[in-house]
Formats: sequence, C-alpha cells, structure tokens
Amino acid sequence: MTLVDAQPVAATPREAISLSEPRDFVSLLKPRVMSLVVLTAVTGLVVAPVHMHPLLAAISILAIAIGAGAAGALNMWYDADIDALMTRTAARPVPTGRVSGEAALAFGLALSLLSVCLLGLAANWFAAAFLAFTIFFYAVIYTMGLKRATPQNIVIGGAAGAFPPMIGYAAATGSVTVESTILFLIIFLWTPPHFWSLALFKLRDYGSANVPMLPNVAGERATRNQIFLYSLVLAPIGVAPYVLGYAGPAYGVVSILLGLNFLRHAYQVLKMADGDDEMIPAKRLFVFSILYLFGLFTMLLVDAGITAFMVRGG
Amino acid sequence: MERQDRVRLTEAEARARRNRSIAIGVVLVALVIIFYLVTIAKMAS
Repeated sequence: MTLVDAQPVAATPREAISLSEPRDFVSLLKPRVMSLVVLTAVTGLVVAPVHMHPLLAAISILAIAIGAGAAGALNMWYDADIDALMTRTAARPVPTGRVSGEAALAFGLALSLLSVCLLGLAANWFAAAFLAFTIFFYAVIYTMGLKRATPQNIVIGGAAGAFPPMIGYAAATGSVTVESTILFLIIFLWTPPHFWSLALFKLRDYGSANVPMLPNVAGERATRNQIFLYSLVLAPIGVAPYVLGYAGPAYGVVSILLGLNFLRHAYQVLKMADGDDEMIPAKRLFVFSILYLFGLFTMLLVDAGITAFMVRGG
Repeated sequence: MERQDRVRLTEAEARARRNRSIAIGVVLVALVIIFYLVTIAKMAS
C-alpha cells in the first residue's frame, strides 16, 4: 500500500503508479480462510476454562484473524509465480498485477508485526509468540520450504492451519493442554483429506505449476487410499471432545453423525473408478469436508453456550 | 520544479490512490481506538 504523490517524471517510471484498490489488499488476507480461523480460534477461546474480559477476547480474536491474513499475504507474495499458472489462483491480486509483490510483502510483514503485538497486549505474550510461530510456520516452513519440495506438503504444513484454536485457548489460559491439542488434531487430520480431494480434481492445475501434490506424485489410487486412512483416524478424533468430557451429548451425537458421513464420502472416493474424469465423489468430499469442520466447531461453540447457560441457571 | 515536469495521474490512478489513502486513514483511526480500548480494559481487569 503506497501513498504515491506527484513525482518528477525522470525519477519515477510512468508505469510505477499503482492502481490497486483497498479490496485487493483485503483479497490478500484470504477472507474465506480467515473465517475458518476466526471460528476455530473463537472455539478454542470459549472452551477454555478461564474466561477473558469480553472486549479483550474480541480483540484477541481480531489479532489472530489479522495474523492469519498476514500469513496469507506472505503466501501470495511468494507464490505469485505458481499462482499465475493455476486456474484456481490466477485471479489473485499479485499474479494479475493489481498489487505489486513488494507491496504484498510489506503488507504481510506489517500485519504480522501488528497482530503479534496486539495479541501480546490484549491477551498474553505466550499466545503472541504462538501466533508469531504460526505465521512463520505457514509463510516460511510451508510456503517457502515444503510446498514445492514434497508431496507431504499439506500434511506437515496443515499444522499452521490447525494452530488457531490452540492460540485462542492460549489467549485465555496462557498454556497448552490436552483439550486444545485435540482441537489441533481435528484440523490437522482433516487437512489431508480436504486438500487431497481438491488436488484429485485439480490434478492438472497443480501439475502445470510443478507443485508436488500427492495425486501427481504418487498417483490417484495412492491418494484415494491415503484420504480414506486419514478419514478413519479423523472420525473418532472428532468425537474426542465428548469422550474427554469437555463437550456435551449434543456435540457427541452431531460429531458421530458428521464423522460417519465423512467416512461415507471418503469411501466413495476410495471406490472411485480409475481414470474417472468427472471426480464427482472427490468434489462431494471436498464440499462436505468444509461443512464437517464448520459443523464440529460450531457445535462445540453451541455446546459451550448451553453449558454456560445451565451453569448460570443452576 | 515546474508543474509540467510532474506526473499527471489518470482519473483511475487518482481514484485508486484516494481510496487507498482513505482506507489507511480508517485503519489508523481503528487502531487508535483498539489500543485505547485494550488499555482501558487492562486497567479495569
């Protein structure tokens, strides 16, 4: 984001004047990913046994959301070359030239610093350090390291997307516990089936950008097997908050139903015919996986609300 | 410096620059309010 004023012609090339609009910088924040981060971070904060001042809680969530957006901006800065080659990402602000790479980098770094400081001041410096590590993990470990190097990129890199509920929990308690680790595990184990189902029907996209996603390295059959195996582990972990006693029976029922449905979709992907060009089961699993995660975390929030209401009523 | 030596922004460039400037202004005001609220809430809790 630059404030360009009238400059001498000789010093500034004519084409250097930016046409970027504020909405282009909002796009750099990956708003849809941010909405998931907000939901999971709020859930982590709400299920924590320590209650924060509501205003400080809201500002902590804002800080975590800004941190996630900053990581997204840094990702779009570094990945502009491969984003331009994939249909899913070609319209992003940096590959289209609406925002320069330098502006995206500066925007991402500034927001990283702001979000970490804000969380440190509003909550505690342990949560702030955790947020800083998460931004580093996503922007450097995943984006610059793993993404172009290994087909296990999203397995390890998925940790970055799984940290927000732990950060929300840490904002309230200043610590990491089994409860917050379970929330981490749900997203961590959800990420591979979610992204690999996308990668199955966007195989050519990733191939043309030379990103080593599992389907174009190990093949479609191996990917379908891996999706099913991860789903087998994910479904029971999704029920763990109820089993461990920090979510009620309503969550238990919903998580079992969602888990069984996830397994059904994963099984249909497993049984998908070789060379199926339409990949309908993979598309259905991709869409359902988003509903699954939103469903689980929304239910945890509702459950925490019901529990709080009953405690006040009792 | 003579005025004709300076870049004349097109209408689109001027509009984009104005929108960016407004956005930066709004964000800065929001930050002032947020940091003020954090301070008050911290003092109260």
